[in-house]
Amino acid sequence: MSKHLVTATINGDEVDFTCHADQTLLEVLREDLQMTGTKNGCGSGDCGACTVILNGRPVNACLVLGAELDGAKIETIEGMGKGNELHPLQQKFLDHAALQCGICTPGFLTMAKALLDRNPDPTETEVRFALAGNLCRCTGYDKIVRAVIDAAADMRANQS
Amino acid sequence: MNEIKDAPKTNFKWVGHRTRRPDGPDKVTGRARYGDDMVLPGMLIGKVLRSPHAHAKILSIDTSKAEKLKGVKAVVTHKDIPDHPTIQPPYGPMISDMHDVSRNVMAREKVLYDGHPVAAVAATSERIARQALKLIKVEYKVLPHVMDPYDAAQPGAPVLHDDLFTHGIKPAPKKPSNVFRVVSTGRGDLEKGFAKADVIVEREFRTQPVHQGYIEPQALVVTTSEDGAVEIWTTTQGHFVIRALCARILKMDMAKIRVTASEIGGGFGGKNNIYAEPVAIRLSQKTGRPVRMVMTRREVFRGTGPASGTYSTIKMGAKKDGTITAAEGVIYNQAGAFKGSPVMRSIDSFFSSYTIPNAKTTAYDVCVNRPKVAAYRAPGAPMACLAAEMAINELAEKIGMDPIDMRMKNAVQDGGQSLAGVKYGRIGLNEVLTRAKNSVHYKSKLGPNQGRGFALGYWMHGGGLSSVSANLLDDGTVAIATGNPDIGGSRSSMRVMAAEELGVELETIKPIVADTGSMGYSHLTAGSRTTFATGLAVINSVREIIEKLRALAAKKWEIPVEDVTWEAGQAVTQRSGFEALTLKQLAGMATKMGGPIAGHSEINAGGAGAAFSAQIVDVEVDPETGFVSPTRYTVIQDVGRAISPDYVEGQMQGGAVQGIGWALNEEYIYDDKGRLQNAGFLDYRMPVASDVPMIDTIVVEVPNPNHPYGVRGVGEPPIVPAPAAVANAVENAIGVKAASLPLSPPKVLAMIEGKSGGD
Amino acid sequence: MIELKYEAPETVKAAVKLLSAGRGAKVFAGGTDLIVQMKEEMIEPALLVDIKKIGETREIEINKNDIRIGAAVTGAEIGENKKLNAMLPGLVEAVQLIGSDQVQGRATVGGNLCNASPAADSVPAMIAAGAKAVIAGPKGKRTIAVEKLLTGPGKTGLKKGEFAVALVLPRPAKKSGDAYLRFIPRTEMDIAVVGAGIALTLNKDGTCKSARLALGAVAPTAQLVPAASKILVGNKLDDDVLAALADVASAACKPIDDKRGTIDFRTKVAGVLACRAAKIAWERAEKS
Repeated sequence: MSKHLVTATINGDEVDFTCHADQTLLEVLREDLQMTGTKNGCGSGDCGACTVILNGRPVNACLVLGAELDGAKIETIEGMGKGNELHPLQQKFLDHAALQCGICTPGFLTMAKALLDRNPDPTETEVRFALAGNLCRCTGYDKIVRAVIDAAADMRANQS
Repeated sequence: MNEIKDAPKTNFKWVGHRTRRPDGPDKVTGRARYGDDMVLPGMLIGKVLRSPHAHAKILSIDTSKAEKLKGVKAVVTHKDIPDHPTIQPPYGPMISDMHDVSRNVMAREKVLYDGHPVAAVAATSERIARQALKLIKVEYKVLPHVMDPYDAAQPGAPVLHDDLFTHGIKPAPKKPSNVFRVVSTGRGDLEKGFAKADVIVEREFRTQPVHQGYIEPQALVVTTSEDGAVEIWTTTQGHFVIRALCARILKMDMAKIRVTASEIGGGFGGKNNIYAEPVAIRLSQKTGRPVRMVMTRREVFRGTGPASGTYSTIKMGAKKDGTITAAEGVIYNQAGAFKGSPVMRSIDSFFSSYTIPNAKTTAYDVCVNRPKVAAYRAPGAPMACLAAEMAINELAEKIGMDPIDMRMKNAVQDGGQSLAGVKYGRIGLNEVLTRAKNSVHYKSKLGPNQGRGFALGYWMHGGGLSSVSANLLDDGTVAIATGNPDIGGSRSSMRVMAAEELGVELETIKPIVADTGSMGYSHLTAGSRTTFATGLAVINSVREIIEKLRALAAKKWEIPVEDVTWEAGQAVTQRSGFEALTLKQLAGMATKMGGPIAGHSEINAGGAGAAFSAQIVDVEVDPETGFVSPTRYTVIQDVGRAISPDYVEGQMQGGAVQGIGWALNEEYIYDDKGRLQNAGFLDYRMPVASDVPMIDTIVVEVPNPNHPYGVRGVGEPPIVPAPAAVANAVENAIGVKAASLPLSPPKVLAMIEGKSGGD
Repeated sequence: MIELKYEAPETVKAAVKLLSAGRGAKVFAGGTDLIVQMKEEMIEPALLVDIKKIGETREIEINKNDIRIGAAVTGAEIGENKKLNAMLPGLVEAVQLIGSDQVQGRATVGGNLCNASPAADSVPAMIAAGAKAVIAGPKGKRTIAVEKLLTGPGKTGLKKGEFAVALVLPRPAKKSGDAYLRFIPRTEMDIAVVGAGIALTLNKDGTCKSARLALGAVAPTAQLVPAASKILVGNKLDDDVLAALADVASAACKPIDDKRGTIDFRTKVAGVLACRAAKIAWERAEKS
């Protein structure tokens, strides 16, 4: 059973891990690195709970193989805030009560961050379509969409 | 637009305020630990082999090859699970027959649905466990299967259980069938009632089973000990129920099983049951190692309970002035592979919003070759509500009356009763209907290809068993432990109520969900009961602390306790010369002056009462493709009192969107062999963010007199009228009557083109 | 138990060598279909050959006469290419419809083509645009029209050792426009129930000079509808032409009833989408 030795940067730290060829990034994060903030909802790219940012782009960690990540840069929910300080999106999710059970929340936050990195001033429709790959069964999306729009406004205000 | 009116909020320090949830930071940072986030040293991975057939006799199971595979540590089949005799009537409202539950956990004589567990393995890795499943050889004799509840209830249908005889009909049948029981309720004289009607509407509907769709799959870790002790970490809506069911199925001492509820990633009723827990216990006992079992999404769809699919008929009659004179509803509920669908709720949910003098409802509980149904948010209600609310809209249309006016005309009043005979106290139905009628949404104009739907839903909330323990710590903070998993923000509402009672800052209170070893029995977090019933227990517990603090202050001051009152977080007295003692000061004295201070409460709460949710929805239909897009949605609901308005609105919005999914796209698709074709989120089409508009909420607060703050319960009512409201909107948009859900594009297009009534 | 191996060659030659040797080798690019198929045990490959490290699979070249899109270029990268957006907006939209934004970061055009789903969104748009696939194999490279590469659901004419390196498309002439529309039951995250891609060029007098309509999800493979060209060429897009276009599009359907749609529905909606896509493409052609 030969394994691949992979060196990647996760949330700014260089991390070595070994993995089988069929092991996904999600399995590597959750099982091998014990980074369980990235959630497993479907394993087929249909729910977005495992969204991470890979080399600057949001991806489903369940649809990425560990073996292909040598030299890759990965951002997960664990790296979203700075130390004890929450990211504005995390703060707005709390302010707007944009979560109930919370299982989808890390994926939504990661996806929303990727959206705002690309489009700092999205319309409601743009937010809804950007988040369409993330399923939430609790909230009906209303408060999530409001939180993202509000976070975007705050982030723009703080940049200018 | 979210309005809160009607409530004297100024009296409250915390209740009704928009407060942050205590579990929030852990959830937005990924720290919160769910079912699948637990790792124990030496842990094995358990996997389940499932039936590929809808209905088959198990001839043999050969596990020898799997057992020999390197890395496989144990294999379990039905031989490892004790058998139980079936229970006899009379049946309670919850059918919990260990004969059936044990067979649903692991098939014994037969497999009864595609996905039914037949064996399980524990191995050192998931890949080995999966490989081992392929080495288990099961010989089946495939039997004819039946999927539709109406078909299954007819003579000649393939029979799932040859020991099941219909209960509740006379004469008692001599032949087994799939109909477990027939229940009905009613009042008055239907014939006379219909004779008085000027207009009569008769319709029939089919609804598909729908899955709860929680994003977190079932997941658990079990450890066992040589002395018979068992520890279970699992994602559940009721860890005390898990303990009870595991003990009963495996014939173990309850006290030896300790269950900890993980953070729960959604349930909606779907995590009220046990699935792999007893199997994991056996695998762990056989190996002496911890065992983790996590379902794949495919397993969740194939093996866990959806809500019943239904076939219903309805007949309603009304006078020209809008008075409903008679109504009859009949519904066939799929129970799935084993008896027990929410028939009692169904018969109560057709007409309980109305004072109809002559009414009768009947429900059939029917076994079919599908997974055993589980509760799903207001179990049994939305399907019955669909039939009634669509018929009422048609009656209103026929007599030329506004649909809300028609409902106001017939609305049940304070002191009235549900069809099943439960007496209402003060209810908020009139307020809900008035607010709906006066809403900006209802008065707005529709655009081309748009339609508007209105529907009203009723739900009788649950109370029940709850235990709470509150401990005052010597720095003046308070730890509140409940036995109810927090599925929708209950830690937040418990904290608000505790802080309100004590008159202290929110941060002073730390709420947790305690394990089964630490608390008295607490029933499921289900039935919208937690904020009401467990909340009552929290209030009781905190009041006990306050009593003890008053006594402590009296002791300190050397005055009678009657002279000490508790105000705004401190003990005070009218007597002169005594300065108020704060909670913190008293807490600091407690251990030196008598001992630790705690309060606890174990109750069976009653009086949660009825609540009503009205919904207005606009849809736009593409006339060339049948695509339905909800463009505007308003939920108007009497919540009693919103302890945490943010989470009340969230419940209303989430329930409505689940209802949109139910109405438009969610369904189970089986092939002709009874095998599930859409066991994943790709083709089981739950609404995504771009499918729905903002969901406006109008929170109506008519306080429940049976709760100190007026709580009624919130979670369930919003799904009840949602499918009916959406279906009414589609009918309004295209001018064609619907006969089934989901109103998916092919069906709607066929309706538009006159090819079918959406059958 | 088959022990899966993973290789990431850096040249076409090395990839062909790996794909040629032994059994059970699969080309791995975005992985959005392949990993799901592996996890659901629909396939059990012995070797994954990751082609993303091969330079020419990762490039978009806009040349004087043609456009070349590497097979491992992702949907997100195509969406960000301004020139491609200006020249073939329909193709870009089709690629961008594949899955969520997360899937867009991984899913590739070559993968969407070679996975050979009859419902693949980018394929009707590719066919309409006259795309050819550049195939590398043990005997060197060959080029084949996209519609000819696909032979059935999940099946292509790729021989052992072969893989798609790139797509080559003709640069659209002046007064050209393309469009792709699909029907899904939700607004996102579904597989096409019907897809219609069209590319057309107008004459100076405003009539249609040439047109290609291709349909997806209505037959075992995406289909070019030659009859549509006959309806459109020489004409303007009036109601009669649109009605005739809808008829030929519907007539070209050989769909099945499945979990995603019915025969009746697919047949009807193919006509609807063909007309809607034609109107968009026409407007784009007029503006170009």
